[in-house]
Amino acid sequence: MGINMNMKMKKKYFQRRHLVELFMKTIMRIALVIVTGALGLILWTIISRGLPALSWEMVSQVPQGGYYMGKDGGILNAIIGSAYLAAGGTLLAIVISLPIALYLKAYLGDSAWGDYVRLSLDILWGIPSVVYGAFGFSLMIIFGMRASLLAGIIVLALIELPIMTRAMDEVIRRMPVDLELAAFALGSTKFEVALHVVTRQMLPGIVTAILLAFGRGIGDAASVLFTAGYTDRIPTSLMRPTASLPLAVFFQLGSPYPEVQQRGYAAALILTIIVLVVSLGSRWLSSRLNRYSVK
Amino acid sequence: MDSHIQVKNLNVYYGKQHALKDINIEIPKNQITVIMGPSGCGKTTLLKTFNRFLELLDGAQITGEVLVDGKNIYDADVDVTEVRKAVGLLAQRPSPLPMSIYDNIAYGMHIHKMKKDRKEYKAAVRYYLEVAGLWEEVQKRLHEPATSLSIGQQQRLCLARGLAVEPEIILGDEPTSALDPISSQNIESRLLDLKKQYTTVIVTHTLRQAKRLADYVIYMYLGEVIEAGPAKEVFTNPKHERTRQYLEGLF
Repeated sequence: MGINMNMKMKKKYFQRRHLVELFMKTIMRIALVIVTGALGLILWTIISRGLPALSWEMVSQVPQGGYYMGKDGGILNAIIGSAYLAAGGTLLAIVISLPIALYLKAYLGDSAWGDYVRLSLDILWGIPSVVYGAFGFSLMIIFGMRASLLAGIIVLALIELPIMTRAMDEVIRRMPVDLELAAFALGSTKFEVALHVVTRQMLPGIVTAILLAFGRGIGDAASVLFTAGYTDRIPTSLMRPTASLPLAVFFQLGSPYPEVQQRGYAAALILTIIVLVVSLGSRWLSSRLNRYSVK
Repeated sequence: MDSHIQVKNLNVYYGKQHALKDINIEIPKNQITVIMGPSGCGKTTLLKTFNRFLELLDGAQITGEVLVDGKNIYDADVDVTEVRKAVGLLAQRPSPLPMSIYDNIAYGMHIHKMKKDRKEYKAAVRYYLEVAGLWEEVQKRLHEPATSLSIGQQQRLCLARGLAVEPEIILGDEPTSALDPISSQNIESRLLDLKKQYTTVIVTHTLRQAKRLADYVIYMYLGEVIEAGPAKEVFTNPKHERTRQYLEGLF
């Protein structure tokens, strides 16, 4: 298309490109509206139905007799239980995920073995959590364990592991090569580069990966149903069963009593608030840690 | 000539591409050697054989020997981290580590456990920042991110960081090409100050820089060393037609 192109052709050419842009932009906007709209609707549902039932009593007391038929009490057992489960599961998952992600980066790279490990993790990622629950349950039978906080933590760690590792891996792969070379030039080993330089540079992304996995862990009901059980008491040791928020939501929503159903929505609201607070907190933390990263 | 690095029958292949062909050169001790030549001639590749950086690239094959103080650094019993500690590298663009200014200098000394206590590290950090001519500018902001420095300051930081692990050889891969003229001049004068203590090898594509810095010159073309010799001889009276053409700016 040169200067010699006549005006009519030029107009047509530009029109078509602009139409394509308009079309694509519309599609993107529709997708955006669907996503934010869905979130908005879910929030609206749990807030409008849950907020009236939310009270100080609900977050400060364990269920009293007849709680599930609408009598006094709260779901402190499930709040504490979920906090223990998700925090424990996430910590355990970090201890396993970070070394895998660093090993992938430092030693396997894009080799066939690296691809094999990534494929395995992707498959694990896609397995429904109820299968993890059943897997954990059968392991518990073999070892003669009963439903407990510890079993719940282990199974949640297994569920969080693939998502956390792959998210870390994708982040760490974007590590600037120049930075690694700078550390190698000083005589660092691959391990030192991974631990001191890659981890530091990629800390904000690593925090995001942990958060993603935490979100999946704290919201999961099916796996803890099999492994952690459910109880009205706050767990006092790792070997005791524990309640959890997703199951509290599930049980209460399944109740025929409208006031108990409302409390189910309130429990969902509490879960959402916990996730929101943890997200905002870690975003703040990661922006602080971001200080030394090389942009 | 008292040579520090000897290269014998060195060949490098990237896959099928023959990047360096039968290189045989000697690099004099405690002088500045400048490797020059048109782009793609293999100067950076040759430089990267001196600190075993080529093996970090996929598919680079190396045959032949690179002797530092008479010892082949490609021998099986050589620890690659010791080679890289002894051979510092100043890259084309400065890459500060994701740490504070202080930690950038202290990092290398830490991993090699070169000092006994905090006091010694502090003194060493100050010393090397002074050597690189950066202390005055950063002494009040040692714990700020290294990325807060200007690019010229970053390159001097990288110089200090490299010197802090006590190398014998400094490599420079076009170390001033990303810098402004004043910062470039600053780096050049540091390198001239340091040449009595370190064997320095610089790759450059600017002839004027080569003339300012070089004691010894290696001219390369298409993966071969065409001419190597003391700067005075090569610049005033090149033995080869190609070197003469290059010096006259014919290509």
